[in-house]
Amino acid sequence: MARFAVRRLANMIFVLFAISVITFLIFNVIPSGDPALRIAGRQSNEVTRAQVREDFGFNDPVYVQYLRMMEQTISGDLISYSNRVNVREELVRGIPATASLVIGAAMIWLFFGVLFGVLSALYAGRAPDRLLTVLAMVGISLPVFWVGALLLYYLTFKVTLFPAGGYVPLTEDPASWFSHLILPWFALSLVFIGFYSRLLRSNMLDVMNEDYVRTARAKGLSERRVLVRHVMRNALIPIATLFGLDFALAFGSGAILTESVFGLQGVGQYVADSVGNLDLPPIMGTTLYAAFFVVFFSAIVDIVYARLDPRVRLNP
Amino acid sequence: MSAPLLKVSDLHVSFATEEGTVKAVDGVSFELRQGEILSVVGESGCGKSVTALTVMGLSRGPNATIEGEVNLDGKDLVTLPEDELRKVRAERIAMIFQDPMTALNPVYKVGDQIVEQILAHEDVSKQEARARAVEALRAVGIPNPDRRYDHYPHEFSGGMRQRAMIALALVLEPEVLIADEPTTALDVTIQAQILRLLEQLNRERGLAVILITHDLGVVAEVADRTLVMYAGRVVEEGSLDDIFYDPQHPYTWGLLGSLTRIDQPRPRRLPSIPGAPPSLISPPRGCHFRPRCPHEFAKCSDTPRLEARLPQSPEHLDRCWLDPDEKRARRVVEGGIGLVAGAE
Repeated sequence: MARFAVRRLANMIFVLFAISVITFLIFNVIPSGDPALRIAGRQSNEVTRAQVREDFGFNDPVYVQYLRMMEQTISGDLISYSNRVNVREELVRGIPATASLVIGAAMIWLFFGVLFGVLSALYAGRAPDRLLTVLAMVGISLPVFWVGALLLYYLTFKVTLFPAGGYVPLTEDPASWFSHLILPWFALSLVFIGFYSRLLRSNMLDVMNEDYVRTARAKGLSERRVLVRHVMRNALIPIATLFGLDFALAFGSGAILTESVFGLQGVGQYVADSVGNLDLPPIMGTTLYAAFFVVFFSAIVDIVYARLDPRVRLNP
Repeated sequence: MSAPLLKVSDLHVSFATEEGTVKAVDGVSFELRQGEILSVVGESGCGKSVTALTVMGLSRGPNATIEGEVNLDGKDLVTLPEDELRKVRAERIAMIFQDPMTALNPVYKVGDQIVEQILAHEDVSKQEARARAVEALRAVGIPNPDRRYDHYPHEFSGGMRQRAMIALALVLEPEVLIADEPTTALDVTIQAQILRLLEQLNRERGLAVILITHDLGVVAEVADRTLVMYAGRVVEEGSLDDIFYDPQHPYTWGLLGSLTRIDQPRPRRLPSIPGAPPSLISPPRGCHFRPRCPHEFAKCSDTPRLEARLPQSPEHLDRCWLDPDEKRARRVVEGGIGLVAGAE
């Protein structure tokens, strides 16, 4: 376990390094990425921009610029080129909204994904399965910004059932926090419910044909026990893996579309704004933040996987 | 002669598939007597496994149609409600399967899988169940059963897994064990060990065994009586001597003829039965073996009944219209028994 942790930590550092280099290089080769323009403003003249380039060290060799940026990233002094705001502070400000959105949605999509998947498998080929299959396909196919816009239009504008977007901190007003999040939770979890129920359905049907399920029946166990202890226990293992990674990705980079549609001011919206502005420091900050979560959670997933399936050993 | 323990009468099992109705078992009848080893031989798809699963009530399903009777102490297992059938499984009839690699659940400890079964049937404490599971593992020759209890299936070798399966099957002391190709997935030395174990359990506990196999070598090792199945039907039934020394059905001749013999010169080609088994969706009219049989004649398009055709051995049954004397003449191939009529 200790060796596993050390190995994964080294792995994480390498991944973060590689991602930072790639992000930095991409930004340096794309057109209209000139940071002097961001800093000096669109109306600035060439003299000012030259001055900015000199002051901010944009004339230095690329690796010097890269090292300087990494130093700022690690010390938390990364400043946006376009609005001169500290990246870490902005990021931290977005976390409560994103966390509220993603954790809530994750619980919803896990619950309904598993519920619908199990029902689908139990009624495979019959009416409930067909209905759930259609619903899952619809859920997977509907783009979140479209669903979000419809929900906002009909449920907040036409009929004022829910507040129209925005985020209220949980500590400020729990009831309002909740009512502001219901629609975003629904919109975000829809796709995942579709995917998870389809995956679990096919896993369950595969496991039901396994020899050990026949053994379990031959043992004279009740059908319910066969289903829960033998079929579901094995069919849920891949779901656990998938869930860890989906959750990490949503938590790390935010659900960009959902946050934007509902104006949640979370990490995802910050990502979207930074990319829109071609603003390197926040892009670097948010990318590394997201990468950290993905790498961290994939290590967690591996540990959980090894617990769920004794055939798997943690390879250090 | 003791009364039969289990009596299967005119069992028909068919499955609805996309291509049509598969008649997997087509009128199978047999008796299993107390303490005997009854082997069922036949090639893949002849219905032997489906017969066994049906005895356990494991072939039930929305696509399956089951007719006939499986009688255990006056109870018909074909129509028995699921919750009563659950009591019969493992307590009275247990089953082990072909592939011990996949027959145990990979995510639970071997011992816990045995305990789960004990607790599903008996109201005992966990400690007692564990003690009995360890004892069961010991009884089938697993060394260090106390330690092995806590191992997962993947930590067992193939032979040990099959032993663990047998321990699982026998822990509730059922009267009948159905062993569906229990040695097919094992290498030869392990096969012999498992067969010895089954024989020993049969002798010491009076356990009746239905041994399903496609390997006549296995039959010769351990069986008391044998059913030969072909395309969903029993084509011959008899004692070991009946089947090996006086086989009545041409399909049995073919099976025996395709054995390699250590006391005969090595054949240039391994003999086999020409052709392939018929489709079970639309089997041939009359005798199912007719299309592959070189001895076919007009009468074969009527289905022959499984009955005793030799006056001196009433327990030797077969499904072939040929006259017994004719059969004895026709089955001789190069000093042995075979399907193709030899030098005429």
